[in-house]
Amino acid sequence: MADALTVENLSYAYTRRGRALDGVSMEVPEGSFTALLGPNGAGKTTLMALVTRLFEAREGTIRVCGLDLRRSSTAALARMGVVFQRPTLDLDLSVAQNLDYAAALHGLGRAETRRRTEEVLERLEMTAFRRRRVRTLSGGERRRIELARALLHTPRLLVLDEPTVGLDIESRRAIVEHVHRLCREDGVAVLWTTHLIDEIREGDRVVVLHRGRVRARGTLTELLRHTGADGLGEAFRRLTEERS
Amino acid sequence: MIRYLRCFTGILSRELLRFVQQRGRFFAALVRPLVWLFIFAAGFRSILGVSIQPPYETYILYEVYITPGLSAMILLFAGMQSSLSMVYDREMGSMRVLLVSPFPRWYLLTAKLFSGVVVACLQVYVFLAIAWFWEIRPPLAGYLAVFPALLLSGLMLGALGLLLSSLIRQLENFAGVMNFVIFPMFFASSALYPLWRIRESSYALYLVCAFNPFTYAVELIRFSLYLRPNPEALAITAAWTALFLALALFGYNPQRGFVAATGKGE
Repeated sequence: MADALTVENLSYAYTRRGRALDGVSMEVPEGSFTALLGPNGAGKTTLMALVTRLFEAREGTIRVCGLDLRRSSTAALARMGVVFQRPTLDLDLSVAQNLDYAAALHGLGRAETRRRTEEVLERLEMTAFRRRRVRTLSGGERRRIELARALLHTPRLLVLDEPTVGLDIESRRAIVEHVHRLCREDGVAVLWTTHLIDEIREGDRVVVLHRGRVRARGTLTELLRHTGADGLGEAFRRLTEERS
Repeated sequence: MIRYLRCFTGILSRELLRFVQQRGRFFAALVRPLVWLFIFAAGFRSILGVSIQPPYETYILYEVYITPGLSAMILLFAGMQSSLSMVYDREMGSMRVLLVSPFPRWYLLTAKLFSGVVVACLQVYVFLAIAWFWEIRPPLAGYLAVFPALLLSGLMLGALGLLLSSLIRQLENFAGVMNFVIFPMFFASSALYPLWRIRESSYALYLVCAFNPFTYAVELIRFSLYLRPNPEALAITAAWTALFLALALFGYNPQRGFVAATGKGE
């Protein structure tokens, strides 16, 4: 079976002076939780922008469920759900209206939208918030609605760009738990970018990105063995300090 | 095909919902042309006579003359407002929701543009309804005939807004658009004065007005409202629409566009 996401030799530069990404290769296997770990400025958001086709890479390839993102962009994007780093809900509309809009952007019909809205809101324990205006929700609740929105069209790959930024500890924990559960129970492949190592659990795959390059990738155990570190924090420090 | 229709309906519904939710925006858009109509035009009525000229068949009051120009003004501000909201959406991130949807980018942007124009046309009709009580009464069929003209003119100005939004780096730079695009476009056109009058005062200004795409949008609306064809205005407005739209779509192309080149879309 093809990986949910395959990135090969991906490079990107905003200016001629330096590359934001330099020969990045990584994969997100089906049903796995893959954390893209890197300090600020590592190139995580650029990689996310390329994976979600906000920009198009000139060098390298990106495949979503085996589909080339450049040649089959619409089919590839249809298999992907995205949660962006900054909140992107329409504050003046209700939760249901925001979800209706997202469903329309994926071409879902009215009956399917209603069914999927009920399903995803129930899954994320947000059914009671259906008619609430987004402006009245807390940061953590808004994040869960964004997660619900990303799941509306039943994607096989869920891409989340630092989704816990600005959330309190409890909301962070809840989001991390929800996404791990989706991965475990529904088999959704997850690409989760973060610079917070406490969001990574045993069994997760980790890709360490630093200064636009992949420093290491593999399971947590493999990463510890590779660096000879006792914990992920130490491994991350060694990987991002070396060659810097 | 049905998926495309659902997508368009979703984008249009959102624009209409936002329009209904943001009543202040609606009144602000309406107050501007009404101030021009009730105060400026009333004041200038005695100074500026407008002689018989197509599409009018008799002498007309100045208010009657500037009504099509003020209708186009609503479309112009709506186009620029839409440009502002695109820059805002891009800075705030909500533009990304649209851009990562599984439809061709040209389709998504055109659908958003078209939806914004439909909302702007509703504003124009409310303005024309108020103007009717001010004794500005074009033929009833003119209200129907003007719709395609409003749509095309709105698309041209909206496409210009879209193009500008792909070029503007930050929200703060939008004030420049007001100074360098909206006001020159509006004043250097046939919206407030007939071109022959401008030529009498300054030939150079006349040339500027004759090159200004907004002039042709105004004339297209004026002639349609009075059920007279104006193929020249139609052709020129359509040509500018195609050019602005092509450049705007290029600007938002993920590989080649201005947004990708500068990283502004990130």
